[in-house]
Amino acid sequence: MSDEPLRGSTPEDPSGFVRAVDERGAATVGTVGGGLTPTGRKGGNPVSRVVGHPLFGWLVIAVAVALPFVNSSAYAIRISTDALIFIMLAVGLNVVVGYCGLLDLGYAAFFAIGAYTSGVLSTTFGWPILATIPFVVIAAVIGGLLIGGPTLRLRSDYLAIVTLGFGEIIRITANNLDFTGGPNGVFGIPDFGDFGLRSDIATYWVVVVVVGLAVLASSRLGRGRLGRAWRFVREDEDAAEAMGIHTYKVKFAAYVTGAIFGGLAGVLFAVHQTAISPPSFNFLWSALILMAVVLGGMGSTPGVVIGAIIISLLPELLRGAENWRYLIFGVLLIVVMIFRPQGIWPHRVEEKPDRGRRRRSSPEPEEVAR
Amino acid sequence: MTSPAVSQARSSTDEPVLLDVSGLTVTFGGVTAVGGLSFDVHEGEVLSVIGPNGAGKTSAFNCITGFYKPTAGRIRFAGADITGKRPALIAARGVARTFQNLRLFGELSVLDNVRAGMHVRIRQNAFDAVLHTPRYRRSEQAATDEANRWLDFVGAAGNRGAEVRNLPYGEQRRVEIARALAREPKMLLLDEPAAGLNHGEKAALLDLLRRISGLGTAVVLIEHDMGLVMEVSERIVVLNFGKEIADGTPEQIRADPAVIEAYLGSDDAEAEQEAERIAGSSGAQAHEDPTADAASQEEDR
Ligand SMILES: Nc1ncnc2c1ncn2[C@@H]1O[C@H](COP(=O)(O)OP(=O)(O)O)[C@@H](O)[C@H]1O
Ligand SMILES: [Mg+2]
Repeated sequence: MSDEPLRGSTPEDPSGFVRAVDERGAATVGTVGGGLTPTGRKGGNPVSRVVGHPLFGWLVIAVAVALPFVNSSAYAIRISTDALIFIMLAVGLNVVVGYCGLLDLGYAAFFAIGAYTSGVLSTTFGWPILATIPFVVIAAVIGGLLIGGPTLRLRSDYLAIVTLGFGEIIRITANNLDFTGGPNGVFGIPDFGDFGLRSDIATYWVVVVVVGLAVLASSRLGRGRLGRAWRFVREDEDAAEAMGIHTYKVKFAAYVTGAIFGGLAGVLFAVHQTAISPPSFNFLWSALILMAVVLGGMGSTPGVVIGAIIISLLPELLRGAENWRYLIFGVLLIVVMIFRPQGIWPHRVEEKPDRGRRRRSSPEPEEVAR
Repeated sequence: MTSPAVSQARSSTDEPVLLDVSGLTVTFGGVTAVGGLSFDVHEGEVLSVIGPNGAGKTSAFNCITGFYKPTAGRIRFAGADITGKRPALIAARGVARTFQNLRLFGELSVLDNVRAGMHVRIRQNAFDAVLHTPRYRRSEQAATDEANRWLDFVGAAGNRGAEVRNLPYGEQRRVEIARALAREPKMLLLDEPAAGLNHGEKAALLDLLRRISGLGTAVVLIEHDMGLVMEVSERIVVLNFGKEIADGTPEQIRADPAVIEAYLGSDDAEAEQEAERIAGSSGAQAHEDPTADAASQEEDR
């Protein structure tokens, strides 16, 4: 980010200041109790231990890749592709809402921008889908700049209202412009390419790869320097500023990152549907994506993925209940939120306190305690 | 550990001026919180700002750190004009602070809180984080090591991987200081760091303040605990109703009738007693009524 290092030192290259600390040593109080409290139990219950395991993610990907070999019905492929695209939207919105704490009620706008940019360029101008991607990213960033630029300077309540309006404006604009096909939308959107496979299965596998990478990227972003800045801003903007973090830029980065995720998910959606029209991007979408994030656990990648799978597949599983299914769906969500307001799989703050102290030669209290 | 005598002998007032506040005025509607305050801080100095509740101490801090825009006046830090600049920019120039009411990132780990302080020095971009480049691993490792060093420095006990809001109050205060120190500030502003601490914790704080001063950092301290203030300060600025009423060494402040007056009203007999209290005699802890502290904290950020 912007912040030029006025003190000139980096953690890798300890400044005189840090060396002075080392020379002067730790407080006597510190070494007595330092890190003594054991982190204790790993993870807690068996379910959380399984879901929290790093291999679990790979297992999920393996299952996703293998699905067409198990059940290749058009229906199974369709709802699975839908679910994957929904996961991508949810991890994208999670950057904005979960990591950074910005309430975005019009996230479907970026989804629409991506789908329309890709759809129009590939049908009207006959471009291959891959060639449209840079323009999708540009369009999403421009959308993010237009909305985020003015509103992110204000308190976050304004953002919620402005984004709510933005979501509707994008949909209504698409409905009224000629080059977006008006109410009919865009149709005949091509595939990613000919892979010599059934086209829906080929699309499915492309979606698996893209979404898998998106989930990984959003998770890793959340744990790096920028991801920490997002969380600082979410927790306390003033305190973040007091640490030299330009909170406006940090919020902006979150908003634009979310926009790019949404835009790219829109490309997948356009290809998967082959036809898009304004009602595909109504407020319900924005609400459902937000629901997936909140239900799964804000700021938690596994949680948000689980939330997205539930929100997208549960109505399908409830098909037997006919007209009652959306009522049951709603009631189930309310019940979950009452009993687990923090989400199904909330973000785990705990980290190993001794990380990075291993290299020290002196025995640490907790090592002795073990 | 530096003894008080040693720290007194090395006079920082000979050092160049680091912070120069002149004519600082802040008004809220009709209320003048700070009215024409001028003072300076020298490099490496330990300066205390004292005064009754509502005197404008916190407001002055908020102006220096950019959280309030001064109505009038100028603030220069390390040779640059920082009046009305963005807090992040002022912090990046080397000013770190703590808040009168703890302002930690409650739901984040203790280590993450301290990493916030070194955030602007961590050399890593978003691509490094996504691709887990060697630079990412190196910078994360270095940040963790350094965060642990600062926590050792302030004497933080307890689980450093756990959410900071679960720590006892005194520990949280230490973490907040560690976070500010991790900014490697040229000047550290502490707003009532002893409020709510017990006797033992105050003793540890005194020791910590001396060690911070030993790093060469200038420390500006707002504090009501006169025992602590008299012990650690090289110079004291006294505020009342937003105006400076005295500026001098602890000895001069102790003897200043205007200070006694401001603190105690005009009653002479009581003034005698309170003068003793300011001088740091055994009664020093008596007025540290925790409920009064809490009430005074209410109104501040
Ligand atoms: N944000 C604010 N809005 C309105 N009045 C304020 C604000 N901040 C401080 N004040 C007022 O300014 C005066 C000085 O307050 P403060 O700086 O907190 O004093 P101190 O820290 O010395 O106790 C008080 O009268 C307080 O009510
Ligand atoms: Mg105050």
